[in-house]
Amino acid sequence: MEKKLPKIEIIEKYCKGCHICVEFCPTKVLEMQGFVAAVKNLEACIKCMQCELRCPDFAIKVITE
Amino acid sequence: MAFDYEKYIRPGKLPHIWCPGCGHGIVMKGLIRAMDSLKLDMAQTAIVSGIGCASRLPGYMDCCTLHTAHGRAAAFATGVKLAKPEMNVILVGGDGDGTAIGGNHFIHACRRNIDMTYIILNNKIYGMTGGQFSPTTPTGAKASTTPYGNPDPCFDIAKLAIGAGATFVARGTSFHANQIDKLIAEAIQHKGFSVVEIMDDCPTTYGRRNKFKSVIEMMNHLKEIAVPVKAAEKMTAEQLQGKVLTGVLYKDETKTEYTAEYAKVIERAKAAK
Ligand SMILES: Cc1ncc(C[n+]2csc(CCOP(=O)(O)OP(=O)(O)O)c2C)c(N)n1
Ligand code: SF4
Ligand code: SF4
Ligand code: SF4
Ligand SMILES: [Mg+2]
Repeated sequence: MEKKLPKIEIIEKYCKGCHICVEFCPTKVLEMQGFVAAVKNLEACIKCMQCELRCPDFAIKVITE
Repeated sequence: MAFDYEKYIRPGKLPHIWCPGCGHGIVMKGLIRAMDSLKLDMAQTAIVSGIGCASRLPGYMDCCTLHTAHGRAAAFATGVKLAKPEMNVILVGGDGDGTAIGGNHFIHACRRNIDMTYIILNNKIYGMTGGQFSPTTPTGAKASTTPYGNPDPCFDIAKLAIGAGATFVARGTSFHANQIDKLIAEAIQHKGFSVVEIMDDCPTTYGRRNKFKSVIEMMNHLKEIAVPVKAAEKMTAEQLQGKVLTGVLYKDETKTEYTAEYAKVIERAKAAK
């Protein structure tokens, strides 16, 4: 069965560029592009939700199903 | 689906004012998930705070909110709860607000065992005013007012709460985000005065003075020092040196709750007429 990937939405006007989501993603899905977070490698996402849980700025959403 | 936080936030209030990496936003998200899991009626829920960065939290929340005077959240919240015992009353504030200027109100709210939940965002510093030391600043740490190291011993907020009579005491950290909602939800459900201390990070006024290169280092530090209560039972005093216990630290369901006791006073007064 093919792996179902989530949609990761980063709300740029909320992101303050703290790096928390990038550093603590266990599979290195995210990266910083300038001052905001961005998705680099969606294929690797294991939908653990750690980035969404820890973002202090309500700026990242992991949308599953 | 992603969790819809904005349903609980006043329209147009984001982005919030907190600095990049400030743990207060992580705690606010935990509180929202806790309120959502308990399906709290927003019209019957009051969030009360004093002054400080942490105390800005209620201003974002789309329920009944009171942003009061520095250190006085417990006094105002007690008024709300006594007038409307059916409401869910939640207090939010910082270590400075709650244990320095508001320390007196805090211990007496604990002593009364009034059915409210107090979430203390302990970043070990006065964040808002530029990093003066607070009663929870560790001995030896640097603050704007202790540039050569803090000589004071510090409060353990959880122990203080238990000693003063709170009947539910828990502790989490801003790193352990997925535990915050569970601790807060259990605290709200507890009938009596519940305290949830969150070991929080202030990269701006604490981190940079105390050799944390970034908020990531502060988060890793929280991860290192936190020990769940169950795991601590199997550890020696030596292994527990420098650690903080996390999880539900204390629970007593036998003590009378204050608004219930006060209702009896009202009955007695009516009968005496
Ligand atoms: C009566 C009074 N005294 C002093 C102040 C200045 N003041 C504002 S916030 C604050 C400390 C806040 O620290 P804390 O509660 O730990 O919150 P944080 O900013 O760290 O989240 C102080 C001393 C005030 N607003 N009112
Ligand atoms: S859900 Fe987990 S794996 Fe996916 S991007 Fe977020 S932290 Fe990384
Ligand atoms: S955790 Fe949030 S605010 Fe920080 S970089 Fe990631 S998306 Fe931006
Ligand atoms: S000064 Fe500290 S507590 Fe205040 S918003 Fe900035 S990081 Fe948070
Ligand atoms: Mg503080």
